[in-house]
Amino acid sequence: MSDAALLAAEGITKRFGGVQALADVGFAIRPGEIYGLIGPNGAGKTTLFNVLTGIYPHDGGTFIFDGAPLSGLKPNQVAERGIARTFQNIRLFANLSAVENVMVGRHVRTHATVFGAIFRNARTRAEEKGIERRSYELLEYVGVHKRANDLAKHLAYGDQRRLEIARALATEPKLLALDEPAAGMNATETTTLKQLLQNIRRDGTTILLIEHDMKLVMSVCDRVLVLDYGKKIAEGPAADVQKNPKVIEAYLGGDVAEHLKGAAA
Amino acid sequence: MEPVALPARKWESDPSFGHNRGRQAPHVDTFLQQLINGLTLGSVYAIVALGYTMVYGIIQLINFAHGEVVMIGAMVAYSVIVGLVGAKVALPPLAIVLIGLVTAIPVCMAVGYTLERVAYRPLRRAPRLAPLITAIGLSIILQHLAMIIWSRNPLPYPQIVQTVPYHLTDSPNGATITNVQIAIIGGSFAMMGGLLALVYRTKLGIAMRATSQNQAVAGLMGIDIDRVIAVTFVIGAALGAVAGVMVGSYYGVAHYQMGFLLGLKAFSAAVLGGIGNLAGAMLGGVLLGMIEALGAGYVGELTNLCQLSDWSTTIAERCETDPNLTLFGSNYQDVFAFIVLIAVLVFRPSGLLGERVSDRA
Amino acid sequence: MHAFFDTRKHPELVWVGIVVVAMTLTALPFALAGVGTAWVRITNSAILYVFLALGLNIVVGFAGLLDLGYIAFYAVGAYTYALLASPHFNIHLPFWIVLPIGAGIACLFGALLGAPTLKLRGDYLAIVTLGFGEIIRIFLNNLSQPVNITNGPQGITLIDPFRIGGFNFKTSQTIVGLDFTGPIKYYYFLLIVLIAVIVINLRLQNSRLGRAWEAVREDEIAARAMGINTRNVKLLAFAMGASFGGLAGGMFSAIQGFISPESFILVESINVVAMVVLGGMGNVWGVILGALLLSFMPEILRYTVGPIQEQLFGRMLLEPEVIRMLLFGFALVLMMLFRPAGILPSALRKRELESVVRQKYE
Repeated sequence: MSDAALLAAEGITKRFGGVQALADVGFAIRPGEIYGLIGPNGAGKTTLFNVLTGIYPHDGGTFIFDGAPLSGLKPNQVAERGIARTFQNIRLFANLSAVENVMVGRHVRTHATVFGAIFRNARTRAEEKGIERRSYELLEYVGVHKRANDLAKHLAYGDQRRLEIARALATEPKLLALDEPAAGMNATETTTLKQLLQNIRRDGTTILLIEHDMKLVMSVCDRVLVLDYGKKIAEGPAADVQKNPKVIEAYLGGDVAEHLKGAAA
Repeated sequence: MEPVALPARKWESDPSFGHNRGRQAPHVDTFLQQLINGLTLGSVYAIVALGYTMVYGIIQLINFAHGEVVMIGAMVAYSVIVGLVGAKVALPPLAIVLIGLVTAIPVCMAVGYTLERVAYRPLRRAPRLAPLITAIGLSIILQHLAMIIWSRNPLPYPQIVQTVPYHLTDSPNGATITNVQIAIIGGSFAMMGGLLALVYRTKLGIAMRATSQNQAVAGLMGIDIDRVIAVTFVIGAALGAVAGVMVGSYYGVAHYQMGFLLGLKAFSAAVLGGIGNLAGAMLGGVLLGMIEALGAGYVGELTNLCQLSDWSTTIAERCETDPNLTLFGSNYQDVFAFIVLIAVLVFRPSGLLGERVSDRA
Repeated sequence: MHAFFDTRKHPELVWVGIVVVAMTLTALPFALAGVGTAWVRITNSAILYVFLALGLNIVVGFAGLLDLGYIAFYAVGAYTYALLASPHFNIHLPFWIVLPIGAGIACLFGALLGAPTLKLRGDYLAIVTLGFGEIIRIFLNNLSQPVNITNGPQGITLIDPFRIGGFNFKTSQTIVGLDFTGPIKYYYFLLIVLIAVIVINLRLQNSRLGRAWEAVREDEIAARAMGINTRNVKLLAFAMGASFGGLAGGMFSAIQGFISPESFILVESINVVAMVVLGGMGNVWGVILGALLLSFMPEILRYTVGPIQEQLFGRMLLEPEVIRMLLFGFALVLMMLFRPAGILPSALRKRELESVVRQKYE
């Protein structure tokens, strides 16, 4: 690898009781790429996200992010280091407005204290203005600015997904980790999302993407990691992975894969 | 049949009223005596704790008003017993108490059912604090309705069953256990056994356990979730009724506010054992009863500053006039339960037998 | 007519409104004193409840942490004042030193209770705080032995009133022809503190910290994933709520001149929770309204329910206090079932964009 990886994972292991959720998973994400993470349901994709972002501790292995290990960091510290995430089952702040959701994302990059809040000195006022301006910009960036003052819970499903991305972007992440952003979106929305992902990458943020929509994954991801039963079964450029017999087997089951092989031969 | 008389105002002259009636002056058998008192108290805590833990196990909510159900049980039985005694019904004392109990149980079941319908069912999908606040509201309503019905004064429970102490040692001043204590301990354990059999041996029990594991799936399997949850509240309330009658007969008094502290302690017991876990509630209840009894029995002795007389002349001087210069006396008895509760939640939130509960991402 | 009250078209109307409210609030104590000095006292105690409700609102409304033992912090503030400004220990520190000390000690208690318990889930926290409130009360009741600290159930008497130089808040005096009684002087003091407290609350809510509290309330896991140190933020809410309680307690102590553990029972905690819930959790103006309603209610009941019952039944069947508690209970239940956002649900804070940005988006 020519340039240093933004995120390098090695030997990541996680057990839940007797279940091996992740077994010795290793990969490296280069700066500026869109890196796909796919696998059948229950393969351990979301667990990998949770372990990466500090929601669960992992039992073994290391993450090196931006030159320093992430081990033992709490979720908020991980966010501070520059990894922001979205959730598979949308977790917005339901009773805050769309723009306030994004403003919360600015928390980690701003500094006002209790005293600043109470006395509203010039510095706090300037910071507040900056937070508000940046948040509106981000809303426009993801395309939900027209709903800025609506409660998050009143937004349409696709808008909620995009709002979650805006909120994550507000933390100025180096790595944006998206957990099934296209889930529940229709074809038009997915196309807009694809454009958004490409814009985010163009503007300098690396993306780690869990997604079930294979068309989206194949068209947008530079490289893909395939998990099955917590193990890495393939990694590489999207097109190569697609043809990998192990991957086909994982997705379709052994028999079908055998059958396909037979048919091909 | 023996003539039964109300031991009127006994509770007023008895300085240990509201605390452990069986407590005695410290002597060699203090430990054994406190252990027995603690076991009695603990058995009552255990069956109240079961009410909390069953509800928690099935819907992961704290039934804040459960203590009030216990109070209503004690009050209803009180009225029935006083009524029967006053009417000079020719029945053995034990039968009168049992009639009181049998009347209290359905009343409490109805209260439990109402609680579930009003406070919990409509708010099952609301934020967690909502049902807690409704339950606090219902708790206040129940307390004050009870106050209106039964007066704001402590009600002397008719001591119609003759208390008979049995000596456990040869010494005439030795530890004793009374027939009432035996009945409470025995009755509690019998009910715990019955509940375990219900939950692990019957179809209803299977439905309850399935619902506690996963409501949606249990519903898909054809279980009537609403009914199972209601039944859980009702069973807990029935246990509460029995506990109320026990407390009333043991302390000889019932009061409209008695449910608050009792409920809080029983909840602590449930947490100590591991909330949601039936065996845990029993273990927690018995342990908490013992901790309280032993704590109340020894805290005065342990914190008697006169032990430090050799170290400080000021203390020595004061101890000459007052040999009981205690830092914390038995009036701190009620603090033990809270300290246990806070300690458990801080150091082992899952309790002794429970599994760790955590939010999922 | 409607357009006339449109403040966007007539911004000067806002100032007219402020002047009218200010004049009303200034004249209020004299109007009340005309009815009876008792009403000034009642108003003062209502303002103290507003302080408590606003303090608890930080904890319950903003951060979503149910504290059922909030009155304990009130007690800590009250006893701190009583011990440091009364003949009990013969210490007589001035109020402007003791009030901050009381708030600080209450804050410390808040942090001490919060630090180990805030990782607990909401309903556990509620029960632990409830227990904490009882522990404080039990200690206040019993800390007269072996060394007399709190004077037990008898409480502490002859607590110093506020004094600034020769100006004593307790005594009556005539200033510019107006009769300023003790309660009236305290009223103005409380009014000034009240305005400050309201401003602080509004500013806190609409700040980086306030948003962090609301984020924690809405979804703790998401808040953490956004880089919020939820533990610190919750602890801060708890400590701030506690210091407001402590401050109010100190003022209570001075105004009453006498305190005992009786004033800090569980019902008082529930009372404050009811005010916050009734008014609308998280909504500063709603909470103020809830606190005023519930603190004037017992007085209104006393003057209505009693006589009505005497008229109807010839005697008092239900004491006002009992009716008050029943109403509390029903208020809590009905509000949660039918109007969980409170009587004044917080209107969505519409954010006014900066003009440049706004033109771009509209």
